[in-house]
Amino acid sequence: MSAAETILEVEALRKYFPVRNVWKRRIGWLRVLDDVSFSVRRGEILGIVGESGCGKSTLGKTLMGIHTASAGRVIFEGHDIAQLKPHQSRRFREHLQYCYQDPGASLDPRWTIRSSLHEPLVVHTTLPEPEREARVREILRAVGLPETHLDLYPHEISGGQQRRVGLARILTLKPSVVILDEPTSGLDVSVQATILNLLLSLREQFGLTYLFISHDLSVVRMICQRVAVMYLGRVVEIGDTEAIFSAPRHPYTQSLLAAIPRIGGPRVTDSFALEGEPPSPTALPSGCRFRTRCPKAQKRCADEDPVLRADWERQEAACHFAT
Amino acid sequence: MASELISVRNLRVSFGSDAGTAKVLDGVDLAIRAGEIRGLVGESGCGKTTLARAILGILPRNSARIESGEIRFGGRDLLTLPESALASEVRGREIVYIPQDPSTAFNPVFTIGTQIDDLMRFKSPLLRGGADDRQGFFNSYPRERRAADRARVLELLRLVQLPNPEAVLRKYPHEVSGGQRQRLMIAMALLPEPKLVIADEPTTALDVTVQAQILKLLKQLARERGVAVLFTTHDLGAAYEICDRITVMYAGQEVEEAPVDGFFERPSHPYTRKLLDSLPSSEAGIRGIAGEIPRLIDPPPGCRFHPRCERATGICRTERPPPEAVDALHSVRCHHRLSATEPAS
Repeated sequence: MSAAETILEVEALRKYFPVRNVWKRRIGWLRVLDDVSFSVRRGEILGIVGESGCGKSTLGKTLMGIHTASAGRVIFEGHDIAQLKPHQSRRFREHLQYCYQDPGASLDPRWTIRSSLHEPLVVHTTLPEPEREARVREILRAVGLPETHLDLYPHEISGGQQRRVGLARILTLKPSVVILDEPTSGLDVSVQATILNLLLSLREQFGLTYLFISHDLSVVRMICQRVAVMYLGRVVEIGDTEAIFSAPRHPYTQSLLAAIPRIGGPRVTDSFALEGEPPSPTALPSGCRFRTRCPKAQKRCADEDPVLRADWERQEAACHFAT
Repeated sequence: MASELISVRNLRVSFGSDAGTAKVLDGVDLAIRAGEIRGLVGESGCGKTTLARAILGILPRNSARIESGEIRFGGRDLLTLPESALASEVRGREIVYIPQDPSTAFNPVFTIGTQIDDLMRFKSPLLRGGADDRQGFFNSYPRERRAADRARVLELLRLVQLPNPEAVLRKYPHEVSGGQRQRLMIAMALLPEPKLVIADEPTTALDVTVQAQILKLLKQLARERGVAVLFTTHDLGAAYEICDRITVMYAGQEVEEAPVDGFFERPSHPYTRKLLDSLPSSEAGIRGIAGEIPRLIDPPPGCRFHPRCERATGICRTERPPPEAVDALHSVRCHHRLSATEPAS
């Protein structure tokens, strides 16, 4: 591992949701996150990829404290924040921010951009008004908007500008880690490129660390240094982006990469082989979760749950037969 | 051309609102041949869905206005065909629709079997040419036809690789997964044995692995049955996978039309080139398109792309470029089109 310091460490994090019947009796658990462990180094962009329902958004929300963890530890800048009450964790979470899919949609339509940008500072800091105003103006310039926009209302600016204001609002508290939840899904390629460039330049400017949750593998490949691949609440493979994309070890990662259309290459639709869809997280298969769709599955996979093996230089995979 | 299945000529559709009249389609030409899979790509708001809806005749009646143009299909102009004939002979029979989001396309309170029965009752291919084509709600659904229809349904559900079709018919839409719902949608679209399927972003709501499965299925079934597909998408990768030809739209006008290989290898319109350049790729980094898409209420005159185009000159500001042939199948609307040998911008 490189010498860069670890800023966020996740250890055996679990989030189970109870499944209840009509009479509110618990009849099972929805195991959305099951022993997820990884660490994030300062300044890097860690991509978290997987299909819908694999728990990637729940992971982001559990780190943020929007959901409380069922078990496990989240060590952020030296403090365990997983089990803290909301009021205790506030001073740590100031530096850990969550960015929803469309940050512009979270602006209050009846507030001016100025009020929206001041709010986080009022809540979290005791800065006097002039200093807040200076901070707000600085951030607004950083996201590429003119200061005249401060007095406008969200409906008076375009959707793309709203997104920028949303990002500015997240940055006013000078966070060190930002969790980006599907920041580009639903965008056209040309707009997506603009947003990605903005995210990269902001990271440079403010020394940010990103947790980039996405299902778009080509975007992840472009901007992340490391990637964690999730399947049904588990990290099945984690490592350097280049290592994973050039030599995926886990059969799930291999199928996921094989499914991306590659312009100019052979047609995926002529060769794609993975059958079926992920099973329901309320009724997980025994042993390895991927064995029901895995081309390499054998008896051992049903009996034994594979753990992440660090058998390769820059990546780890949770599969008995990965080579 | 004789083999044209449908041809849209000079179609103009506008939407009225308080702010003014938005010209959402402004002189669109599009011709699809029988059995062809045609991609219709462009950014959101470029008019892809409006064009699809205009062909189906399901534009919102109170806000949309068809200003001019014609849609020739099977020797008739769909825009002047009376609604009753359109409903009983064309829509749902010869031209069918696969929606973007299969979860909202089903009625949640009826089983899938009931909904497929309803479809077959009015749109079964066995009805074609029959005297009782224009059925009312209370008309009977003869037992023999019902049995024959049921056999077709089960056969097609097997073709779209749904496990245990009989059981699926008894389920409610929420009991099957998103990928299976989209398979059901494809099956339902093909049941009336149409000539043209309009698939409006059929895979945007799906994960990549499921998307690959669905695209494979759509391509295979369309080929086997010789059905033409109009596949609208903003995902160029998906278009590359299954299309024979691709049409690019920008701000309500088609700007380039090319066979799939020519489209990706030799884009001739500056907008197409920029669109391809903004795809994430490891070599070139991330490049967006400067500027924003124009407001359709007062779009720029001439070529609508000129405010964002560095090749623009005087003529681009005044005149919409006519279609010019690059080769036999490839045409482009640009006064200063890119030549094949030109390096990437």
